[in-house]
Amino acid sequence: MPHADPYLLPIAALLTAIGLIEIYRLGPKDALKQGTWVVVGVAVFAATLVGLRRDYRVLENYKYLFGLGAIGLLFMPLLPGIGQTVNGARLWVHAGGLQFQPGELGKIALIVFLAAYLREKREVLAAGRLKDWGPLLVIWGGAMLVLFATDDLGSGLLFYGIFLGMLYVATARIAFVAAGIGLFLAGAVAVYQGTPHVRERVINWLAPWTTHKVFCPLSGQMTFRQDCQSYQQVQSFYSIAHGGMGGTGLGKGTFVNAAGGQIIPYLNTDFIYSAIAQELGLIGAAGLILLYMVFVLRGFRVALFAGDGFSKLLAVGLTFGVAFQVFIIVGGILRVIPLTGITLPLVSYGGSSILANFLVLAGLMLVSNRANAELEGAR
Amino acid sequence: MNRQVNRLAVLAIVLLVVLVGATTYWQTWAVAGLQDKQDNAIQRVVQFTVKRGLIEAGNTILATNVKRKLRGETLYFRKYPQHGLAAQTVGYSTASRSQAGLERSLNGYLTGSTTNLSDAFRHILDRLGNATVQGDNVELTLRPRVQRLAQQLLGNRCGAVVAMNPHTGAVYALASAPTYDPNLIDQPNGYAKVLKIRGACSGASALYNRTTQGLYTPGSTFKVVTAAAALDTGAFTPTSTFYDPGYCTEYGKQISNAGNPDQGGREVFGHLDFSSALEHSVNSVFCNIGKQIGAGTILAYAKRFGFYRTPPLETPADERYASGLYNGSHLFDPKDPASQVDPGRLAFGQERLLVTPLQMAMVASTIANGGVVPRPYVVQKITSADGSTIQTTHPSSLGRAIKPQTAAELNQMMQLVVQGGTGTAAQIPGIKVAGKTGTAETNVPNVYTAWFIAFAPADNPQVAVAVVLEKQLNGFGGAVSAPIAKQVIQALLGR
Repeated sequence: MPHADPYLLPIAALLTAIGLIEIYRLGPKDALKQGTWVVVGVAVFAATLVGLRRDYRVLENYKYLFGLGAIGLLFMPLLPGIGQTVNGARLWVHAGGLQFQPGELGKIALIVFLAAYLREKREVLAAGRLKDWGPLLVIWGGAMLVLFATDDLGSGLLFYGIFLGMLYVATARIAFVAAGIGLFLAGAVAVYQGTPHVRERVINWLAPWTTHKVFCPLSGQMTFRQDCQSYQQVQSFYSIAHGGMGGTGLGKGTFVNAAGGQIIPYLNTDFIYSAIAQELGLIGAAGLILLYMVFVLRGFRVALFAGDGFSKLLAVGLTFGVAFQVFIIVGGILRVIPLTGITLPLVSYGGSSILANFLVLAGLMLVSNRANAELEGAR
Repeated sequence: MNRQVNRLAVLAIVLLVVLVGATTYWQTWAVAGLQDKQDNAIQRVVQFTVKRGLIEAGNTILATNVKRKLRGETLYFRKYPQHGLAAQTVGYSTASRSQAGLERSLNGYLTGSTTNLSDAFRHILDRLGNATVQGDNVELTLRPRVQRLAQQLLGNRCGAVVAMNPHTGAVYALASAPTYDPNLIDQPNGYAKVLKIRGACSGASALYNRTTQGLYTPGSTFKVVTAAAALDTGAFTPTSTFYDPGYCTEYGKQISNAGNPDQGGREVFGHLDFSSALEHSVNSVFCNIGKQIGAGTILAYAKRFGFYRTPPLETPADERYASGLYNGSHLFDPKDPASQVDPGRLAFGQERLLVTPLQMAMVASTIANGGVVPRPYVVQKITSADGSTIQTTHPSSLGRAIKPQTAAELNQMMQLVVQGGTGTAAQIPGIKVAGKTGTAETNVPNVYTAWFIAFAPADNPQVAVAVVLEKQLNGFGGAVSAPIAKQVIQALLGR
């Protein structure tokens, strides 16, 4: 890849390293597994680059396959026998001693489908021809349905955001985005009414602390909300606050209580940001976000210089996906939006996530390599 | 498409900038508030890595630390070597992070997190250098010997003793009985056990700081406030004469002196002056004074003495209550006292009046201090671990309550109480003691709240005292509380 963007790979490597270090600090055993997954991720990354080195745009020809594949992957956890529910969300697949979150790969399949489909239909979609919306809505509606059926709200929000972002870039119609947001809000209200899981998240967001005791479904007793439903979130605030400006220093943070128990559950996956914020402080946490900013800006630069619509949309989808995913999980942790469990790209512990994000990286490398090569050829 | 790509890029960056902003909020502005939260599990661990400051009174250590090694880390846990000296005031700080008393209100100093800039810098260096962070030490104004004596005198009875310097407001003793051993709190079921210590009166738990949280009917001790209002407004002088028929007529009903156990047996005094009326605590006289000057005036003077405000002290604000009229459990400040308050019964300290021992000690101090209310304080000094002073309490006042002349007249009148009135049990050879007894009715017949407030030496006051005993069967203030006050005064004056 002689012409690929020179910043993407180093930044991704740095993010992965930060994640590995923090995961090692929290639990060396997990770090070994994560390290193994990074090796697998790099292998898949390399294989993708080699396999698609001639022209990755052949993917366009298989767009419906990707669309159906995406839904298939998202549906997998719902299948009896191999599906598994963890932390209230049904998004794991269990097969032969291997656990996997197919949704992460589904995300990439969906982005490929959307890029190809929107490239082909963007003019007619912008003109508002109703029948062209058909396949889009079917694929999309299916995906959303699955997500709400699996209670995986974070991914639902992420996919919807990517969809709207790509739709806007393809059609330049802000009205579509507005309509999309309107539909989302209507849907959100309906889901809020219907699902206690969602209602709880919203209530925790609005009022994580209570001064009077409320019913705790976990223990069946009356307790303060910060001792029950919002416990994880509130302790994560304490963790971030304990870091302060300069942080406690790597390895000196407090994550274990006097009895030896872990204070914040899911610390190295969903909540790794609050661990990093405690140990590295505002300086380190802001630095981490800054790395994502540079990565995202380089990603958008790739989209700008890409020669064809498919490449542009692919780069936009992959890049905005990373930015929006960071926003959803970190914004949730920081109480900017309601908290939904989702990984921090490249940093969080989790094989599927690492694998998927290396594929994202591979995609951006491929697009940038071609775009830059074309630019130099034109010169 | 590039225009849209640019716009989407801007949106993405804005989203990430929001995250930096939100992180800044949580790691700067929100820090102090979050550290104070009781459910902060991180602080629960971190606080034990800090060597908490000592709480001392004189050379007596009231709160110190014991070191324990846990998984390679040195942790510090609290220990109270005096096993309950001034327990309610010092409070406790447990492994489960529940706190009370000064341990709670001064937590910031004791853990070294509320200090000036140079100290904050030193703590950061400590932390970076892996050294133990040491909290600030707190030096109290309490006199351990007197505090211990006061607690012994109260014994198993329920009640409180407050002794203070009437000029500076420095508190010498804050005894609340029954008391408890703060070391117990951290033991299994310790809190529940301490909660059950209720003393002879089977009243509120030992955890309760009766000196500042105990609300009692003041009875005749409140006559000092009424008399202050009567003299200070110029409505009466110490030589004003009255006729006592043995009762006072209010709302067409006779309120008999016979109901006043504080009067020392006699029920009808006939002609007498104001001084004798206070000396013998004659209810009918004060009832008539109250009717004449009105409930509004009495309450206005009470406020000048500090009533209706939470008395200042360094203990947590919710462990101190304001004195005044109470409707049920709520402080009641009448908008129209003339129609809402019975002035006669208010004048001799019944009505719905509830006061704390600290407030009554402030009343005695004010008379001793020439009419100026001293601001009570119990923390003398806060010093950092290296010995440098962080904060010293400078005596101050809460303002003037009455004219110097009124205070001088009341001083004389209160001396009569001890010389030949209801408070003779407080006499100390060679020292003039000024005092006032109080014996307030409770819901149960012949069971009283027994009061005595005093200061001495009357011609050069050094000490002011308030003593209260709960649920005394036929126990009058002059008989049961005055002797306690006497011994506390003697101990403080070195006699």
